[in-house]
Amino acid sequence: MSSLNTINKITFKQKMEMYKKRKGSLAVRMLVKLSALITFAVLIYIVLFILINGVGHLNAEFFSFNYTTENVSVIPAVINTLVIIVISLVISIPIGILSAVFLVEYAKRGSKIVNLIRITAETLSGIPSIVYGLFGMLFFVNTLKMGYSMISGGLTLAIMILPLIMRTTEEALISVPDTYREASFGLGAGTLRTVFRVILPASLPGILAGVILSIGRIIGESAALMYTSGTVAQIATNVMDSGRTLAIHMYLLASEGLYTDQAYATAVVLLVVAILINMSSQTISKRIIRKG
Amino acid sequence: MKIRENVMKYVFFLAALVSVAAVLLICIFLFANGVPAMAKIGVFDFLLGKEWKPSDIPPLFGILPMILGSVYVTAGALILGVPIGLLTAVYMSRYCPKKIYGFLRMAVDLLAGIPSVVYGFFGIIILVPFVRNTFGGNGISILTACILLGIMILPTIISVSESAINAVSSNYYEGALALGATKESSIFKVVLPAAKSGILAGVVLGIGRAIGETMAVLMVVGNQARMPKGILQGVRTLTTNIVAEMGYAADLHREALIATGVVLFVFVLIINVIFSIIKNGGKNR
Amino acid sequence: MNKIEVKNLDLYYGEVQALYGVNMQIEEKEITAFIGPSGCGKSTLLKTLNRMNDLVEGCRITGEVLLENTDIYKDMDVYQLRKRVGMVFQKPNPFPMSIYDNIAYGPRTHGVRSRVALDEVVEDSLKKAALWDEVKDRLKKSALGLSGGQQQRLCIARALAVQPEVILMDEPTSALDPISTAKIEDLALELKNAYTIVMVTHNMQQATRISDKTGFFLMGKVVEYGTTEQVFSMPREKETENYITGRFG
Repeated sequence: MSSLNTINKITFKQKMEMYKKRKGSLAVRMLVKLSALITFAVLIYIVLFILINGVGHLNAEFFSFNYTTENVSVIPAVINTLVIIVISLVISIPIGILSAVFLVEYAKRGSKIVNLIRITAETLSGIPSIVYGLFGMLFFVNTLKMGYSMISGGLTLAIMILPLIMRTTEEALISVPDTYREASFGLGAGTLRTVFRVILPASLPGILAGVILSIGRIIGESAALMYTSGTVAQIATNVMDSGRTLAIHMYLLASEGLYTDQAYATAVVLLVVAILINMSSQTISKRIIRKG
Repeated sequence: MKIRENVMKYVFFLAALVSVAAVLLICIFLFANGVPAMAKIGVFDFLLGKEWKPSDIPPLFGILPMILGSVYVTAGALILGVPIGLLTAVYMSRYCPKKIYGFLRMAVDLLAGIPSVVYGFFGIIILVPFVRNTFGGNGISILTACILLGIMILPTIISVSESAINAVSSNYYEGALALGATKESSIFKVVLPAAKSGILAGVVLGIGRAIGETMAVLMVVGNQARMPKGILQGVRTLTTNIVAEMGYAADLHREALIATGVVLFVFVLIINVIFSIIKNGGKNR
Repeated sequence: MNKIEVKNLDLYYGEVQALYGVNMQIEEKEITAFIGPSGCGKSTLLKTLNRMNDLVEGCRITGEVLLENTDIYKDMDVYQLRKRVGMVFQKPNPFPMSIYDNIAYGPRTHGVRSRVALDEVVEDSLKKAALWDEVKDRLKKSALGLSGGQQQRLCIARALAVQPEVILMDEPTSALDPISTAKIEDLALELKNAYTIVMVTHNMQQATRISDKTGFFLMGKVVEYGTTEQVFSMPREKETENYITGRFG
């Protein structure tokens, strides 16, 4: 009796038999696998190529505090990037969270104002960064006379990441079960108290994931900053100073063609940051899924 | 208590209006600074002019070369990126073993998270020599930009198509298999057609991403402001026109660059509208 | 004559055993009904008959399933099997394409290209499924515009279009109103002249109305299998009697 063996496992040989009669399906199957292979091979190639060629150029000089033409240190750019991140987040996190709370907890679903806000947020997320750059230059740099400065760059990017923070917060708020709201209202709490004491704490991980993604976008941004925060290669000592961020630093090194080694090293830094951000937002969203 | 509730309600409301205000401000500032330049140059001469010579006397500001440059580069990126992205989405949705799915998902997200300048650098170091050695020319070309942008739009196409494919009821797939169709035939003749509006939305989003990309394109496309001559020749796109000259432009030249931004902005708005029509159309069905 | 024979069939989903030692002969050109409480394994057995269980991850089978004395798990191409053993699902699942393309999908899959032949198959299948008169003027319209009962008859027509020998029906009327249900039942009685039908049903009246043989399932075992008349009027097993008299389930 063969009944002790499982019988519904298709062996490789059977599979080949099947496909031999159906060459079209076989070809399609191959194309699907080939495409997936290309996609992931390209990614792995880019990552490994940059890491392998760049790691050797990471040295103490590269991380020195002073920037000179002989030693194009990355540290000023790192500090400027941090400054821009702080400015953008300080502005866009409160606005983003408050707007998401308005959309989810206060506004009537499907009302005209909600639709308008949704449409504008979607429009904002589709605008290319160079257009943000142009706007930042016209509005913050020229009209508000902030000049090429950290504050101009930070404000420009704050608008750019606003839709991202709004959307992730909105999703996090929606995923909070209605039973929480009912419980809080049932105890006599008002909307405000319910939002701040129950709903926002419960949706914190989702909001955090959005913030991390926003940080990734700020670090990677270049086109929106060229003509807002500028390209000066020194540490910005106050918010009205101009200074280049890491991504702009990278662009200038690579396009000048004189500092290929340092460009490699900067690429390593940017890539590692992108990987870390990717991993931490994944970890957080995994935890959300497990909890929910 | 009651007063605080009401006051805060308006605070929330005002915060929500910031994004509306931002869109309005962007529109106002771009149009106010760009449209007069278009009028001065002449809308026809601006949009359809074949010469961009800002330092000639009198200067020529025709952006047709850049419009075509953007169109060619975007089209090329789609030709490369859409089939590979769509098939990769099919793989991730229907073929990929559970064990490696998490890894692939992360890889796609990382592909989306790599900064443009890093892509651009990769383009300079690897793609430019590759195109030069394989196809000839000096490697700084439309083709190089197409390959690079094709890679850059992959995560958009993959993510949107994958969720569109996953959203198709498994009843369709099983129904096709039960008729004796192979897995491939079931997916490509039944599941994908059912997911087509979602896939199309992904493609439109990819177009938006490709047409708006600036730095990576700037680094490999050459920036010659002339009519495209062939895929192995350099060209300039709308985005690179702005970023390459804004640093030193003044007066009408500067306004013409802002007007270039207006044209780009209008393109992107049209793409957004198409995207939401497709998306909502798919939802209503 | 035996159309399908199941011998010593055990089935596992991962570590959980869902079917225990099933033995059953299914007669040609009869309607065989599987009844029993939900989760008893009746749908599971149905799906082993055209290997749709292969799709379930971690599903393992031991034993034999013979279609006209050929082991479907060993000596038969699975696509050929599914062509010979068609299936109609619980929820009508017409593809989101035109009525015509729905019916033509199967024949096209199996290599029919000629327009004339396809037209013929479409008309013939729709007539057999008693749907032709209702849809002949709108063959090019989307199948999703049909009513639930029409959709289910379309799915039957779609199954017929690949010229199967056996039709498996997995609670085909559970999503339908009484009038549509009656139409499907009449259709099944009509079809059994040419096809072997195996139907899972949660509705005992339906089994008595249309089936020739009935199998009663309980907790993964076939408790009783015999002619419908015998099973319902003088069940041999206590559990069967309890179930059909409504004492549980």
